[in-house]
Amino acid sequence: MNTPSTAVLHRTVNWKLHIAVLAVAIAFPFVFPSSFMVNFGVLALFYAFIGQSWNISGGFAGQLSFGHVAFFGVGAYASAIVQMRWGFSPWMGLPASAIAGAVVGLIIAVLSFRAGLKGSYFALITLAFAEVLRILSNSVDLTGGGLGMLIPLKRSAANFQFEERAGFYFVILVLTVLSIACAEWLRHSRFGARLAAIRENEDAAKALGIDVFTEKVKIMLLSGAMCGVGGCFFSQYFLYIDPTIVFGVDKSVEMLLVSMIGGAGTVYGPLIGSLLLAFVSDITRVLTQIQGLSLVLYGALLVIIIAYLPNGLVDLFKSKSKSKTKRIADDVAR
Amino acid sequence: MLRVEGLTKIFGGLRAVDGASLNVDQGQIVALIGPNGAGKTTLFASIAGFHSIDAGRVVLMDQDITGWPVHKISRKGMVRTFQITQPFAKLSVLENIMVGAYQIHPNAQEARVHAIDVAQKVGMGHMLAQAASDLTVAGRKRLELARALATNPQLLLLDEVMAGLNPSEIVEMVAIVRTIRDMGVTVLLIEHVMQAVMSLSEHIYVLSYGKIIAQGAPQQVVSDPAVIEAYLGRGAAKEVAHA
Repeated sequence: MNTPSTAVLHRTVNWKLHIAVLAVAIAFPFVFPSSFMVNFGVLALFYAFIGQSWNISGGFAGQLSFGHVAFFGVGAYASAIVQMRWGFSPWMGLPASAIAGAVVGLIIAVLSFRAGLKGSYFALITLAFAEVLRILSNSVDLTGGGLGMLIPLKRSAANFQFEERAGFYFVILVLTVLSIACAEWLRHSRFGARLAAIRENEDAAKALGIDVFTEKVKIMLLSGAMCGVGGCFFSQYFLYIDPTIVFGVDKSVEMLLVSMIGGAGTVYGPLIGSLLLAFVSDITRVLTQIQGLSLVLYGALLVIIIAYLPNGLVDLFKSKSKSKTKRIADDVAR
Repeated sequence: MLRVEGLTKIFGGLRAVDGASLNVDQGQIVALIGPNGAGKTTLFASIAGFHSIDAGRVVLMDQDITGWPVHKISRKGMVRTFQITQPFAKLSVLENIMVGAYQIHPNAQEARVHAIDVAQKVGMGHMLAQAASDLTVAGRKRLELARALATNPQLLLLDEVMAGLNPSEIVEMVAIVRTIRDMGVTVLLIEHVMQAVMSLSEHIYVLSYGKIIAQGAPQQVVSDPAVIEAYLGRGAAKEVAHA
C-alpha cells in the first residue's frame, strides 16, 4: 500500500470558480444596465446573501431554523432606528443591524440549546420567536407600530441611497462575496469541521471533545449577524419596513428554500437557488397577472428537487467532481 | 489512571449499575465483561459523563471528574467509542478522523496529516476518501476507534469493538488494540468475544446485575464459579466442574 500524499486529499479552494463567478457578477450591471435587470441582480444577490446566513447554521451545522426572519427583522428595524430615531448616518445601520442580529441569535440559541431543543422542536421555537418579535414590533412606539417606518428618500451615496440601482448592486455584491467567503472558510476550518460533526451526530461529537452547546451558539450568533445585515440592506433598498414585511414567515421560507433548492451545506447552494427563484419569480410576474403564482411554482420546484436532487441543484454540477473523488480513492487504494 | 468508586446509576426503579468500583492502571488493557443486560454500557456511559450518576465517584489521573460534561472529560484524555457505531455518515473517513484530530491540531493541514497517520495505524489508509456511510461493520468499528485515537487520548473506553466482526477481522482488531496500548494508551474495553478478552486483557472485571461480582487475571476469572453461574445460571458451576 502506498502512502497517500496529503495533497491528494486536501479540500482545495476552487479559485478559478470563485474568480469566474465574481467576474460575471461584476460585469452583469454593465452588460445589462436596464433598471429591470439590475433590480433582478440585486434581488438575486440579496436572497443569496440571506440564504447563506440560513445556510451556515441550517446547512453547515444542521440547526434547521424556521424563524430566521427574527434576525432579519431585528436588523431591518435596527438600521432604521439608528438613522431615524437616533440621527446616525444610514451606513451605521450596517454594524447596528449586525450587532442586533447577533444579540438576538445569541439569545435564541442560548435559550433553545440550553433546553436541548433539536430538529423540528428547534424549528418551531425559532418560528415562535419570530412571531413574538413581529407582535412586539407591531405594538411599540420605537418601531412605529403597525404603521411601520418610512425612511425618507434622499438620494446620495453618503445616505446609503444611490442614484443608480447599480450602487445597491455593488453593495449587495460585496456582502454576498463576504458571505461566500465565510462559507468557504467553514469548509476548511476546524470550526466548520466541528459544525459538520454536530450536524451528523451530536453524541459522537461530544465524545470527541466538542463543546456542542458553545459551537451551536457561536454559529447562531454569526448567522444572526449576517441575516441582520440583510435586513439593513432591505430597509435601505425598499425604504419602507413594517412588521408583516420584515417579520413575515415568507422570508424565513425563502431563505430556507434558496438554500435547500440550491444545496444546503454547500458554498454556492444559496446563490444557485436564489438565481433560480429570482428568475422564476420575474418570469411569472412578466408573463402572467396571477398573484402569488411564483409561490406555487416554488413549491412545485421544491417537490421536484427533493424527489430527484435531494442534495440540491449543486449536485448537477458535482457529478463530474464526484467521479474525481472516486478516482482519488482508487489511486490511494492502489 | 482511572478509579471508579461505588458508582451507582438508577433508571426509575432499576439499579442499572449498583456500587461498581474498578481501577485501571496506566498502560494496562483492562476488560469489563458480563452477561447481556448486566449494565456494562451504562457503566461506560456513566464513566464518560453521558449519564449523571446517582452515587459514587470517578477519578481520572488524580482528578475527580464526577459530573463533568462529556466534552471536558474527553479533552482531559478519556475518550469512549460507541457499541452502536455513530459515524458522521455524510463525511468521508478522513473527515471523520479529522474531527478527532482537530482537538489537538487547530490547523487543518496538521490535523489532516495526523488523521492520515492514525488511519494507517488502524488499517484504514486505503479508504480515506470513502464516505463513512459506505463502510462495512468492520470498517465502522475501526472508524470509531480511529476517531477516538486521533484525539491523542490517555485512556480509551472501547465498547464492543469486536462485535459483529468475522474471525479474521477479530484477529486484526486484536492486533490494532495491542498496537494502541503499545503507543502508550491505556485501554478499558467491554467485550463479549472471549477470544479477544483472553488474549488482550491483563485484568478482568465481571459485571452482573449492575454489580462487580469478580475480578482478577483472565484465567482466574473464567474459572470463578460466581462468574460461570452469572453466565450459565445457578448450579452451572457444579456441572461444568463435573463435565
